[in-house]
Amino acid sequence: MKFADFITTKAIRADLKAQSKEAVIAELVQSLLDAGEIDADQHDDIIASIMKREELGSTGIGRGVAVPHTKHPSVQKLVGTVGISEDGVDFDSLDGERVQLFFLLISPPERPGDHLRALENISRQLRDETFCRFLKQSKKTKDISQLLQEADDNQFVSG
Amino acid sequence: MNNTPLTRTVTVRNPQGLHARPADLVVRKATSYQSLILIGRDGELVDCKSILSLLTLGAAQGTVLLISADGDDAEEALDSIAQLFDAGFDDKNEMKGVEPVADM
Repeated sequence: MKFADFITTKAIRADLKAQSKEAVIAELVQSLLDAGEIDADQHDDIIASIMKREELGSTGIGRGVAVPHTKHPSVQKLVGTVGISEDGVDFDSLDGERVQLFFLLISPPERPGDHLRALENISRQLRDETFCRFLKQSKKTKDISQLLQEADDNQFVSG
Repeated sequence: MNNTPLTRTVTVRNPQGLHARPADLVVRKATSYQSLILIGRDGELVDCKSILSLLTLGAAQGTVLLISADGDDAEEALDSIAQLFDAGFDDKNEMKGVEPVADM
């Protein structure tokens, strides 16, 4: 699976304003709403559901990266977005570091395989420190989408 | 000290596969041991103490993984990690597997 398969380019945010965990999740979910990927009447429920998942254990997986996510019956396919916070957000990460780079994923409940393959792709790409650093340094959405495109074209990792 | 690492094969049993939460459990368990612990498909083993590495496996339900442990507490480490897999990570409140085992 490639980034292009699940990241909505129009929802990418290079300048997240939020300063807290819940606020950053809300900002990212709003970006998917603005891009037309989720229904307005599902907005609050999706945020609540992602927060509930965070209570089971932070999705801040280290290296300044978090993958907040949930399964939600309102989506027909896996949808996701990317956001960068220049200052970083306290996300209760596993390694205690603030999170600058967010991949938010919403997947249909009956398709656990797609969610796994998205996580696989994100983690494989992020193992490349150059890719990870470039993403965090991105100031424009265009830079982010271009980096994701280059990653999809295998310009960062061998496998 | 053993000269060769001990190995064990485990199967991902829970319908949702080795997603973030189970991976976190495995990492926490693995880091409680001194041994060098690797996990993966045969020929592609990654650090079992790194969640980022575990997620790169994209291990869906039914995936067979090899775990190797090298160190004084290797046996114990393998036992307890294998137990997590066997218990399906106690991955509750989840739907039964609808999707067939993914081909990677």
